[in-house]
Amino acid sequence: MSVPNQPRTPGHKQALPGPDDTLRTVLANGITVLVRENFASPAVVVQGYVEAGAQDEPTGMHGLAGFTADVMQRGTAGRSFGDLYEEVESIGAGFGLGTGTHIASFGAKGLAEDLANSASSPALLDILSDVLRHPGFVDRQIEKARTEILTDLQEREQETRRIAQMKFYELAYPEAHPYHWSQLGYPETIEPITREDLVAFHETYFAPQGMVLVVVGGIKADDAAKAVAETFGDWDKRRPERASLIEVPRLDRRLEQRVNLEDKSQTSVVLGWPGPARSHPDFVPCLVGNNILGLFGMYGRLGLSIREQNGLAYYVYSRLSGGSGPGPWRVLGGFDPTHVDRGIQLIMDELRRFIETPVTEEELADTRSYLAGSLPLYLETNEGVARSLLNIERNKLGLDYLQRYATIIRSVSAEQIQSASQRWIDLDHYALAIAEPLIETEAG
Amino acid sequence: MTLTHSTLDNGLQILVQAAHTAPVVSSWVWYRVGVRNEHPGITGISHWVEHMLFKGTERWPAGSADRAIARDGGVYSGMTGLDFTTFYETLPADKLALALDIESDRMQHTRISEEDVASERSIIISERQGCEDSPFFRLSEELTSAAYRVHPYGHETIGYRCDLDAITRDDLEDHFRRYYSPNNALVTIAGDVGDDEALEAAQSAFGDIARGPETPQVRAIEPRQRGERRVVGEGVGETDYVEIAYHVPEARDRDVHALTVLNAILSGGSGFLGGGGHITNHTSRLYRALVDNEVAVDIGGSLTPTVDPGLYRISATVWPSSDAETVSARIEDELARLRETPVAESELAKAQRQARALFAYSSESISNQAFWLGFTRIFADGAWLAGYLDDLAAVTVEDVQGVAQTYLVPANRTTGWYLSRGRNG
Repeated sequence: MSVPNQPRTPGHKQALPGPDDTLRTVLANGITVLVRENFASPAVVVQGYVEAGAQDEPTGMHGLAGFTADVMQRGTAGRSFGDLYEEVESIGAGFGLGTGTHIASFGAKGLAEDLANSASSPALLDILSDVLRHPGFVDRQIEKARTEILTDLQEREQETRRIAQMKFYELAYPEAHPYHWSQLGYPETIEPITREDLVAFHETYFAPQGMVLVVVGGIKADDAAKAVAETFGDWDKRRPERASLIEVPRLDRRLEQRVNLEDKSQTSVVLGWPGPARSHPDFVPCLVGNNILGLFGMYGRLGLSIREQNGLAYYVYSRLSGGSGPGPWRVLGGFDPTHVDRGIQLIMDELRRFIETPVTEEELADTRSYLAGSLPLYLETNEGVARSLLNIERNKLGLDYLQRYATIIRSVSAEQIQSASQRWIDLDHYALAIAEPLIETEAG
Repeated sequence: MTLTHSTLDNGLQILVQAAHTAPVVSSWVWYRVGVRNEHPGITGISHWVEHMLFKGTERWPAGSADRAIARDGGVYSGMTGLDFTTFYETLPADKLALALDIESDRMQHTRISEEDVASERSIIISERQGCEDSPFFRLSEELTSAAYRVHPYGHETIGYRCDLDAITRDDLEDHFRRYYSPNNALVTIAGDVGDDEALEAAQSAFGDIARGPETPQVRAIEPRQRGERRVVGEGVGETDYVEIAYHVPEARDRDVHALTVLNAILSGGSGFLGGGGHITNHTSRLYRALVDNEVAVDIGGSLTPTVDPGLYRISATVWPSSDAETVSARIEDELARLRETPVAESELAKAQRQARALFAYSSESISNQAFWLGFTRIFADGAWLAGYLDDLAAVTVEDVQGVAQTYLVPANRTTGWYLSRGRNG
């Protein structure tokens, strides 16, 4: 559309991020820095990760990585808890740190003028550096964090969705793989963790090597990269090499676990398999196929059958995680307890149709169009751009990935989807976790 | 950014805000109907009608609009609140006409069949069951119903189970015919479009729709609360929760700006209109008094702008070795301090800075811009949004103390406790 009375500001509307407008540099200590300017926004976003996560936890110390990250946000050697948050909150900024299985992710958001040091205000980069490099591990904050984690674990025990998810991972992954275990840990693993354990985990695994830091927002790329180098360039440390994860075996039988929870109304169901890793050639065909199966429109084919045509569930969808784990490919649903068996039957029917018959050309065209067309929406905010750049760097997709994305998606055929899906979806051998209300029977 | 405004002959208001930061357009249709327009027997009906508007028309049969929007990479959804029901599409900028066509069509031609009502009844009951499994929902439902004696805001958007079992197809049809008409609606469009063209496109899509009946006035006025009310819920688990609510004025009242600043001082700055940003609350008064002192595991406050007088809520998760009574008493200590002593100028300035930053964050996405534009028009005129930051900046320490003395007093309080059997036996 033309805009007769509202001239566009040159340079404001941005094309898909690519090598021409994304600065990428690697510091001598191994930190990869990516910056993309967006002067349409007065804000700036920093996102990144360090290669430290649950897979680095010593045997049996589940939750140590997350506990460490929690306490790291509660003060540094030079800043008490109160000082740290006074600096951050007084400028309307925010920051956070959290761990997954493979990485510890960090992020901060503030006004662009507060990214780097100035005479008048504290700097987001300086605060992040202090938190990552010099956490205080004060005893009182450790105990407060422990209490908050244990409270969350108690709450988890009462939530059918979280219980079903946790039980699914326990069924689908062997004990020797970190995905078998909850990243949050368990009361019996959180309670014995000591200050020395937390300090040792930080000392050993938080290091610049392999770290990625992305800045997106209203700041010149060169200025941002220079500020990152000045703040993080002198971090000189190495973490031990990581042992490779064990290969996840295919499920060789049907595994089912039901958990009954008192005083609940809804049943949560998770059904699935370990899926292809992000780097596996099957990943992209399965991603396109999964969109048809359980996402497109209102939850794809699963939503159409189970929600729209049969009215059996408020939500039902499928998710392909990919990642390096490899993550699972699973179907998740929330059912009225009286509809569970019928719902699972319909899920199995849809899965059977999905692997036995190629998706239609119309479905494929719709999904290709959706996946390519949704990029501008996803990249609308600084956070969206930063997340994409992190994903590109982590999976070594190349800075031109977003520009190639539509072509990659268009090249997937119905036959590729079917043959790739058949390698991962096995209707005789799968993991099924159900968390459901306890039906009370009369004593006697 | 410019704002273009028009009202069609059929009463539909259209607002367009051109914003060229991304090649995206977001279009929202707002109906002035929600919990406020319900009563016992039909609680949850607005939310249910929202579901029925996704069941298709002759031109856009069930699922076809979802697919058409998704095919263009767009998002498409709806939501129901206390005062509104809204449907939105965010799409590539050249697809505005598709969004307007879908919305104009379902405003006129939504079909409500017995079969769809039966299927949607079980979906909505399943949605309510999901809510019921949360202690927060259970506590909130009890607290809200205790806080209101007369006004419809006293029930949750999802409605009571007995009404979800009983509402008929005819009830839904009546509700739809009464409220989902152009004279009770507002269209907001933001994004990479020309404002004149977008306005013309909206006029063309909605201009021929006939006016609907005049909507019934909501006459209920909540009587002044004259003493504390308490509700105690029990349930499974090991964790106790506290939620406290005070009656506060409607969004148009100028005291709401002082209450917004007060909330930031008490419980931290949060984007109360949703989206775009979050600031931790670790330097707020309640965090320091309760979380730092190991009385609560976390604490937060919320103030939702409403057409009629609403509630200011404070909620906390009780620290394992503390109890709900201590949490409630400490919160009251902090409110008494606010009533008795003016806040420091520096605290006021910090809260106002946070509000500015959050406003900047939440204006970043095109969808949020269109949301703000429509949501604020539900309860106020355009001056409310245009003057929002200036009005917050004008709040003084005396204003903050004044609203604390007026509203945050024990006689105006409803206290709710969720006591877990695991902890309390």
